[in-house]
Amino acid sequence: MAEKVIYAMYDDDDVLKDGAKLLVSKGVKVSEVFSPFPIHGIDPIIGIKNTRLGIVAFLLAITGTVLATYGMKFFMISDWPMNIGGKPNDSYLDNMLAFIPITFEFTVLCAAHGMAITYLLRNKTIPGMPAQNPDPRTTDDRFVIELRASENTQYTTDELVSMLNETGIVELDQKEIK
Amino acid sequence: MHKEAAIREPLILGHKTYHDITEDVCKAIEDKAPRTWYILFGIALIIGLYGIGCIAYLLGTGIGVWGLNKTIGWAWDITNFVWWVGIGHAGTLISAVLLLFRQKWRMAINRSAEAMTIFAVFMAGLFPLIHMGRLWLGYWVLPLPNQFGSLWVNFNSPLLWDVFAISTYLSVGLIFWYIGLIPDFATIRDRAKRPIPKKMYSILAFGWSGRAKHWNRFELVSLVLAGLATPLVFSVHSIVSFDFATSVIPGWHTTIFPPYFVAGAVFSGFAMVQTLMLVMRKAMGLEAYIHTRHVEYMNIVIMVTGSIVGVAYLTELFVSWYSGVEYEQYAFINRATGPYWWAYASMMTCNVISPQLMWFKKLRRSLIFTFIISIVVNIGMWFERYVIIVTSLHRDYLPSSWTMHFPSHIDIGVYLGTIGLFFVFFLLFARFFPVLALNEVKTILKSSGESYKNAPDHGHEVKHNNTNNQ
Repeated sequence: MAEKVIYAMYDDDDVLKDGAKLLVSKGVKVSEVFSPFPIHGIDPIIGIKNTRLGIVAFLLAITGTVLATYGMKFFMISDWPMNIGGKPNDSYLDNMLAFIPITFEFTVLCAAHGMAITYLLRNKTIPGMPAQNPDPRTTDDRFVIELRASENTQYTTDELVSMLNETGIVELDQKEIK
Repeated sequence: MHKEAAIREPLILGHKTYHDITEDVCKAIEDKAPRTWYILFGIALIIGLYGIGCIAYLLGTGIGVWGLNKTIGWAWDITNFVWWVGIGHAGTLISAVLLLFRQKWRMAINRSAEAMTIFAVFMAGLFPLIHMGRLWLGYWVLPLPNQFGSLWVNFNSPLLWDVFAISTYLSVGLIFWYIGLIPDFATIRDRAKRPIPKKMYSILAFGWSGRAKHWNRFELVSLVLAGLATPLVFSVHSIVSFDFATSVIPGWHTTIFPPYFVAGAVFSGFAMVQTLMLVMRKAMGLEAYIHTRHVEYMNIVIMVTGSIVGVAYLTELFVSWYSGVEYEQYAFINRATGPYWWAYASMMTCNVISPQLMWFKKLRRSLIFTFIISIVVNIGMWFERYVIIVTSLHRDYLPSSWTMHFPSHIDIGVYLGTIGLFFVFFLLFARFFPVLALNEVKTILKSSGESYKNAPDHGHEVKHNNTNNQ
């Protein structure tokens, strides 16, 4: 079923923020905001929860630490203990100090790459994706609020438009999307 | 919104709007390249190709073509490696450490400093690889299952730590840089008119949308990557210094090496940033974004790290005397007064004396002076590594094996070649990539832009008066 979407364009981030506040106070659901840079403080207004990517990074970091520890224990202690000047080579603990640098590096490697990949996949930003922004100017100096008719059934489209008009918009666009 | 004191010099000069920032940065990409760009690119390319030729000759003949001998088994190659890694420290320091400290002045320079970092680490990585002689067996440094009785690499060796440190640093630096670039590529994509650039930039932009949720993730990813990259920066050069510090050679066997190398790396990295940035801001018309305030801050970092390096030099001297080990003492006396005294003197002058001139406000705010000092520092830091490596080796325990190091023309060719290749990469970057982090600079326009911050009608009243001292 086709859905009616309203795009309201602003030329200032603070005006958009005030506008969004006003709309939300009237019970309007703002489904999306597009901007050329992060607008600080917009997330709680339009009800966006904080990302949990930090937790992902932490878990991946621990995975890296465990893998590096286990790997070096296997390579250097279990599988092929090297005789380096007769130093003890049969216990991980006695040799651990020499393994710290690589454990650290591998932890960072897993956390950083894992988080970056998760981030790209969650955003659906992968090479070859078509541009997802409603207007090319939203990556330059325009800010857009997206309202969906289906999420705001208590108001008619005209009511939504007139509410938007009070918030200092510079342009308005309506689209039918499938 | 964060407010900044009105008395503070603005970070963005002039009356810029969001659109002006986009225009100023994208102009260089969308316009035809100026003639100077082609000339510089041509010169860099020729030097780079000469270097590649030298490398090809080296790989075909063997590393006997270097000026090494039985006593001096490590010289020019590792000097260049450490020099390039050092230069590759500024970018991540600027974008990661300064992000954690919320230093807004980083935003004008972080993108190009990071690019410089990545290219410098490329160049650094080249040296250990060609030192292997058989480049195609380079993967032997990785712990891969093999048919030699499952013989593993030695995880006790600092040289292997280096493999992990440098590759982690390079790849993490690369993704940190690229994640910041995605929104800016989207800006260029949405402005591009000709079909081929449009296609290219839309592939590079990964379909970026600018949704609030995506920005929310973007900011967290930047923060966490900065948090991960900060200890990484310090670990990388510490590990590079372990290559020397864990040995028993007098002059290398020093516990002070890790902090001293890290300070030296930041010192030389910032100097290289200054060299490139001062030319770039002029050539690309970015004077409104990168100006005296940025240069002054970077000069202060140069001054502080230069002083740390100076203290480290003196501490080394003192400890060699205080240790009572005559070999250690001789290594340092020989450095200062032996046949390599001129290298030691250049190092001391360039690295210890020249940054002290930055105490003078007039000098550290002078762009020409900064440019000269930045080059002096880069020369000095090259000599530092040469002094540490060659002078510690050339007088062996056995006087009959005492010798000098004379670089061969291949040594010099490879080194010059990496400088050429570095500039090839950097010029390509300046031509096709957004050299300023557009999305980040836009966030500080209202708090640190000249036209906004001193406008009395914008949110708060400016009650201050420059001349009035209460």
